[in-house]
Amino acid sequence: MVDDLYQEVILDHSKRPRNCHSMDDANRKAEGYNPLCGDKLKLFLKIENDVVKDVSFVGSGCAISTASASLMTESLKGKSRAEALKLLDKFHELLTTDTPVSKDLGKLVVFCGVRDYPARVKCATLAWHTLKSALTAEELEPVVTTE
Amino acid sequence: MSTLISTVAAGFDVEKIRQDFPVLKQTVHGKPLVYLDSAATAQKPFAVIDAIRKFHEVDCANIHRGVHELSQRSTAAYEETRAKTKKFLNAKNEAELIFVRGTTEGINLVSSSWGRTNVKAGDEIVISAMEHHSNIVPWQMLCEEKGARLRVIPMNERGELILEEYEKLLNPRTRMVAVAHVSNALGTINPIRQMIAMAHSAGALALIDGAQAAPHMKVDVQALDADFYTLSGHKICGPTGIGILYGKTKLLNAMPPYQGGGDMIRTVTFEKTTYNELPYKFEAGTPNIAGGIGMGAALDYLSRIGLDNIAAYEHELLVYGTSLLEQIPGLRIIGTAKEKAAVLSFVIEGIHPHDIGTVLDRQGIAVRTGHHCAQPVMDWFHIPATTRASLAFYNTSAELDKLAAGLKKVKEIFS
Repeated sequence: MVDDLYQEVILDHSKRPRNCHSMDDANRKAEGYNPLCGDKLKLFLKIENDVVKDVSFVGSGCAISTASASLMTESLKGKSRAEALKLLDKFHELLTTDTPVSKDLGKLVVFCGVRDYPARVKCATLAWHTLKSALTAEELEPVVTTE
Repeated sequence: MSTLISTVAAGFDVEKIRQDFPVLKQTVHGKPLVYLDSAATAQKPFAVIDAIRKFHEVDCANIHRGVHELSQRSTAAYEETRAKTKKFLNAKNEAELIFVRGTTEGINLVSSSWGRTNVKAGDEIVISAMEHHSNIVPWQMLCEEKGARLRVIPMNERGELILEEYEKLLNPRTRMVAVAHVSNALGTINPIRQMIAMAHSAGALALIDGAQAAPHMKVDVQALDADFYTLSGHKICGPTGIGILYGKTKLLNAMPPYQGGGDMIRTVTFEKTTYNELPYKFEAGTPNIAGGIGMGAALDYLSRIGLDNIAAYEHELLVYGTSLLEQIPGLRIIGTAKEKAAVLSFVIEGIHPHDIGTVLDRQGIAVRTGHHCAQPVMDWFHIPATTRASLAFYNTSAELDKLAAGLKKVKEIFS
């Protein structure tokens, strides 16, 4: 049922997204865009000694993409760059494969319903694609799209 | 069940019509399919499916060149569609009707072939604020290449073009006015007869994107005095990959070929090639034969039901659907033109169209969500996207009731 997709945690984070503000002293930024639905997202990171000290986002999107960005920011704080990228891989696996759910994902497991909605995978991964480009791009303010 | 069906012309029996569309007889996620995405593509009746099947099973051969029986049968069936299209659009003669892949290719053919020889630096092309990307980008490409200027007719908050502003845009440098007959994102029916006359008064030509009009109303290219009119087969219950470009003979004759290849030539030597006559000059290579034959069956089918009956019935569905949606708190219909085709584009405060689309889908209701290939329209209304329910003559008022109920469920989840 559709309730498997829109679990309570997702609805909560989509209505009251956490860390949803811009950040003046960010030292990494990236923009993500999903041309399919027009969702836009700007991600701000403060990285010190290779560790995510702070992270926030602004943007407009559907419930899935907003909740995904919100929960992502909560999961990232205190993680090293390598840990963050590993989490991204695990999250992607959760959405696109039938492999058993990894316990490393914590709260992010609420997105397991998305795998039954292939049209919505891009919504859930927009924030994470943006994260990847923020962490790995040469330039300081890259722009990614999900296409 | 509402009372609206009873007022439709006698002889229009939607339940009987629905029997012609096999795809409608299915359940999606355990619910009967409610298909409200006909502006994206219309469903296909048995008549079309059978015609394509018969071509592949019985008549399959290449056209225009074989002396054998099958090739002659295929050629006759394919060319018959041209004759049917002539009648459908009331063109003067069959040579004015060119088979293309669809509306997009029809526009590209004109912007490339006509544009290449008729547009120069400083010239102007006029389009409108509500165009589909396919009637924006080809002209933009042409303008960039030639150093010409693209000008845009603005619209008002109802989604109607502002003709006084259009008048001001026209000037001796205007070469072409390219507008949609019906907007895919808003449903607006543009006053194209008047707009074409205005273009002609300024010495410009007019191309009409008829993709969204052809399925819903009678089109008479001579009465409109359109220079070019183009449509897609799949929007009129035919297959994908086939469409028609109508052009006035005099204009088409003066235009260079669009693509080179077989069928479009008369003689070929390494020194010089002479081109075939109309319409073949613009039809290089083996065409979509099955598609053309399928489209012919679709034209027959629509003509049998009658475009006037279709327009009258769909208008009643539109009125009923509009009244249902207007009762939903927080819902805003995008596109409220006085003259409107059966398109219900809307936003609901605080709920993203993608989420609406997913929840409706799980109730078996197919709608389109997104920018509908009309991003400038979305920008104008300051919205990223809409949910669009687009209706066809095989839809029922009961399906609109289901849409309204589905939207109530959407609001329950997200409020």
